[in-house]
Amino acid sequence: MKTTLTINGNTHALDIDPRTTLLDALRNHLDLTGSKKGCDHGQCGACTVIADGRRINSCLTLACMMDGVEITTVEGLGKPGDLSPLQDAFVRHDGFQCGYCTPGQICSATAMLEEARAGWPSAVTDNLEGETVSLGNGEISERMSGNLCRCAAYPNIVDAIREVSERKEVAE
Amino acid sequence: MTPFNYERASDISEAVGKPQFIAGGTNLLDLMKLGVETPDRITDITRLDMKNIEDHEGGLRIGALVSNSDLAADMRVRQTYPVLSRALLSGASGQLRNMATTGGNLLQRTRCYYFQDKSSPCNKREPGSGCSAIGGVTRLHAILGASEHCIATHPSDMAVAMQALDALVEVEGKDGSRRIALSDFYRLPEDRPDRETVLEYGELITAVVLPPAPTGKQTYRKVRDRASYAFALVSVAGIVSMQDGKIAQVALAFGGVAPRPWRDLEFEAALVGRAPTRETFDAATDILLRDASGQGGNDFKIPLLRRTLRAVLTELCEE
Amino acid sequence: MNLHHKMDEADRRNRLDDMAQGVLSTPMDRPEGPLKVSGTATYAHEAQPEGMLHGVFVRAPRLGRVVEKDDAAAREMAGVEAIISGDRLLRNPAQGTANEAPIQGATEVHYVGQPVALVVADTFETARAAAQSISFEIADADRAPTDPRNYDSPEDEQSSMGDLEKAMKEAAISIDQTYTTPSHNSAAMEPHASIAHWDGEKLTLRGSYQMLKYNRNELADALGVDPENVRIVAPYVGGGFGSKLGIAPEAVAAALAAKETGRPVGVAMTRQQVFESTMRRSETKQRIRLAADANGRLSGIGHDAWVSNLPDEDYFEPVTQATPFTYRGENRMIGTHVTRVSRTCAGSVRAPGEAVGVTCFEIAMDELANAAGIDPVELRRRNIAEQDPTGDQPYSSNKLDATLTSGAAAFGWDNSCPAPSSRREGEWLIGQGMASAVRVNTLMGSKARVTLDPDGTATVETDMTDIGTGTYAILTQLTAEMLGLKPSAVEVRLGDTDHPPGAGSGGSWGAASAGSSVFLACQSLRGHIAKALGTDEKDLTLKDGQAIADNRSVPLSEILDAPLESIGEIEPGDTGDDVRQATWGAYFSEVAVNAVTGETRVRRMHGTFAAGRILNPKTARSQCLGGMTFGIGMALTEELMHDPRDGRIVNRDFAEYHLPVNADVPQLTVELLEERDPWANPMQAKGIGELGICGAAAAILNGIYNATGVRVRDLPATLDKVLAGLDD
Repeated sequence: MKTTLTINGNTHALDIDPRTTLLDALRNHLDLTGSKKGCDHGQCGACTVIADGRRINSCLTLACMMDGVEITTVEGLGKPGDLSPLQDAFVRHDGFQCGYCTPGQICSATAMLEEARAGWPSAVTDNLEGETVSLGNGEISERMSGNLCRCAAYPNIVDAIREVSERKEVAE
Repeated sequence: MTPFNYERASDISEAVGKPQFIAGGTNLLDLMKLGVETPDRITDITRLDMKNIEDHEGGLRIGALVSNSDLAADMRVRQTYPVLSRALLSGASGQLRNMATTGGNLLQRTRCYYFQDKSSPCNKREPGSGCSAIGGVTRLHAILGASEHCIATHPSDMAVAMQALDALVEVEGKDGSRRIALSDFYRLPEDRPDRETVLEYGELITAVVLPPAPTGKQTYRKVRDRASYAFALVSVAGIVSMQDGKIAQVALAFGGVAPRPWRDLEFEAALVGRAPTRETFDAATDILLRDASGQGGNDFKIPLLRRTLRAVLTELCEE
Repeated sequence: MNLHHKMDEADRRNRLDDMAQGVLSTPMDRPEGPLKVSGTATYAHEAQPEGMLHGVFVRAPRLGRVVEKDDAAAREMAGVEAIISGDRLLRNPAQGTANEAPIQGATEVHYVGQPVALVVADTFETARAAAQSISFEIADADRAPTDPRNYDSPEDEQSSMGDLEKAMKEAAISIDQTYTTPSHNSAAMEPHASIAHWDGEKLTLRGSYQMLKYNRNELADALGVDPENVRIVAPYVGGGFGSKLGIAPEAVAAALAAKETGRPVGVAMTRQQVFESTMRRSETKQRIRLAADANGRLSGIGHDAWVSNLPDEDYFEPVTQATPFTYRGENRMIGTHVTRVSRTCAGSVRAPGEAVGVTCFEIAMDELANAAGIDPVELRRRNIAEQDPTGDQPYSSNKLDATLTSGAAAFGWDNSCPAPSSRREGEWLIGQGMASAVRVNTLMGSKARVTLDPDGTATVETDMTDIGTGTYAILTQLTAEMLGLKPSAVEVRLGDTDHPPGAGSGGSWGAASAGSSVFLACQSLRGHIAKALGTDEKDLTLKDGQAIADNRSVPLSEILDAPLESIGEIEPGDTGDDVRQATWGAYFSEVAVNAVTGETRVRRMHGTFAAGRILNPKTARSQCLGGMTFGIGMALTEELMHDPRDGRIVNRDFAEYHLPVNADVPQLTVELLEERDPWANPMQAKGIGELGICGAAAAILNGIYNATGVRVRDLPATLDKVLAGLDD
């Protein structure tokens, strides 16, 4: 079937099997292989992309359901030589080893910082009624728990995200 | 995943009567990839106008398409129904909560290993084929409400909190709309574990209605195999109000232990009007667990539920 | 102009310490980092060639013998190009360094989930649907059934020294306990995947593999072709942890399908297939006996291990590998016993042997410390041996004492033997636990080519892989250091069998072995430059693109008129036998156990490690973080659950095989002790990729005991096991 996807600001007209997930459309049809397939069942987070500003598992949505939605993949966040602040912080803090979960971690973290700015609580937030959220290590860890990393760069991932989060707070 | 016709509904009346809806897709696609669900036609309802949370009859009316994350973050929910916010936030991951919807969450299928493995007999998947979980690995399985045909549990956290809140499910069918108390919404497995709810063919969940918030303290406690991103082994949604040192009102629902979010009014009655002592809690819990039985691998859930419940009650009864 | 070196003698020259560039052993960022964080590093199932077909495996639904396959519906689906089955499909992956095909054939089903056919179609969606539509008639096998209770005790796996029974009887304090660990999965984030493409007789396979020089021979053998005609490319590997040591079913199936269809074929295993049909670490049962005097000094050690594998697999989990040389004690009995089961193949998962063997041994040591009333750090210190007690070999180095001391101080260890259940914060019981870390150190043959250009850039080429271990970083640093270049002037090309064969990534030998070959190649280039300057190599300083000797400083461009190339080759030699080589460390943890639910949280965890020269403290630390986190998983959450009736793995996904998530892991701390081990290799560096897991789980389990008084001997310590021992 015909569908139109908007990815990293570019429009792509596709004629695909309705069974195609957004992740498979990216990887098998659009040569955007930054989004990774780690489990294909929403259990690892490697496929995380940002849809209309929100992080989602691209493996658990059909491509044909996503027309009119602005999709951002890791390729849309930054490139070598022009990395986003989170991408750059991941490199300096060694927030990865094999790198396979990394695009998902970075997309997830990018949108997660916005969730925190919007005051969304998490399972470890003491005061549910607070208007603002302070991203300490515990909050970051809980909010990033939908992204598995078997190399277990978790402490470095937390350091990288906290650095960017704190820098943003100072800038505001 | 078998081929299917994809269509998108533009209004509710167009959707009603269709065999399989898709919204967040986080559970349906998961099961379609495994070959467990094989719809030949799916109706995309994501563009329907069911995304609002409205003040309603002193409570809230939550559109079926409200995402788990929007519901958890809604300030009215956080202030008035914290048990629901907490339950939602303890479920799945940030990514999944962004896609998963209120209606879809209610209809989640079990995480039973054998239900998900098409090569294992399963009465829920294929009625009459047998239950592989009995005699197999049963860590996830039910201690309450199971039958000899199925011992699977319902995996939702949200529905457990809603059960304690006496939520109503609003559905639209060919013959108009109706409201079903959540306590009547799920069936027990008995000899037809494939029939999980009382929904009729083609009925669409349009909203969940929360009555005015009960007085008292609310909490949701989830016990699981890792610190985050895991299904409940046992969870407790609790609401308790106290008066003159005695328990005045309670609503308690349990997850991870039964084929549906579990509530037991007889157990609750055994708490009301009594002082919040360990003896009170234990005597009432004996009623809750009067028919509890394990399968070996899940026997631990009986003491775990007893202990967790005692801690929740102790916390909620503190004045 | 090549340089070959056999490691027959200790190398005490410490040549790397003489270099001047100052980039080795610094925490340099990974050079490939920008590619990885931007999604532009390409893994196996990426850079898909034009016209690639998709292959999806069909799994065996039950044990037995395939009698008939009903694939009529699949064949009728539009887009289905081929269905591959038959004698060449792999029953299971090759074991690490096998260098030949594993057992082949898709008729005898030895474990549920065994791949029995591959469906090839023009799209992934069609291939998957077609694969799911195929059904099988499987009859009971006419082979002998496996019996998990029937253990074989291979003669050369049993050893004894002195009289353990007597030592146990005479001991002031003795421990005799049995421990169990479940099957584990490596669970690398990138599922196994291959893209095969034939050009005439030449096969190119883009794969996700750890040891390409072996994989090439294994693949060629499985296909019945000349290895010369096989090229494997794996520039980026999304994690391995042992699971990608040997060629796996998808590579062979992709190659067969590409041959049959005449088109490139890509096969990516599903996560469920990775769980079912790659490798598991065998479950283990371990009986550990310790005999000690009143001061905790060991006089006897017994360690028996029971493990399993499929019929006709030679590999068994080497559980007791470190037991002979870790501690003192003159009476010993050590044995391994193997049984045959109808379960997914058992093979290497990060630190085969020590990961589970040291872990259980270190729990037993904690039991001894408690029984003797001795601080567990002190108990270990008292039992450090002068030399390998069984082999009469000196240690190349033994840093156990140093890591224990330094680690205890860094962590803030309470050496007063605090009683179990003595610290409580609200619902949480708090305890401390520690364990030693030990892992054998190995050198493997490895080759690398280094080319120095007159423009002052260098290129390193080897089929060595970087599976997240930091190979790109350390080989860049090493080359820059040896040749006096900025790291940005060095390009490292890995993961291609067209390059000289490297050691491969596995057994913690990658950095030291591949690094040594690069070191040797660079040394020979240095010799050439020195000669051109008329000086001796050891008097030559290379820095910032300048060659400096005899008060002269000349740009490399003036010395070289053409690219200068050298192949370095390291060969293991007598130092592997003359001395006992190992890496050492110590873990310390603070755990909190919920008194209501039995849930455990690791609050703090520290590791101090010594592994010779540390080539890059940033990537080395990350390897240790990874190992320790594997330890957290082993201690608390990870368990492949086998159905008791047919052995199938029931929790074959990430929802129910519980890897630690971010919230399970605190901000771990790591300390690396500086060391030079002259016996290891010319770089005096040793392996660090696995040391971090070898005993880590014990530090947590011992912490649970200290917090609660509950001794969990059946891993993982899920809440039900802890709960069983807590007060109601």
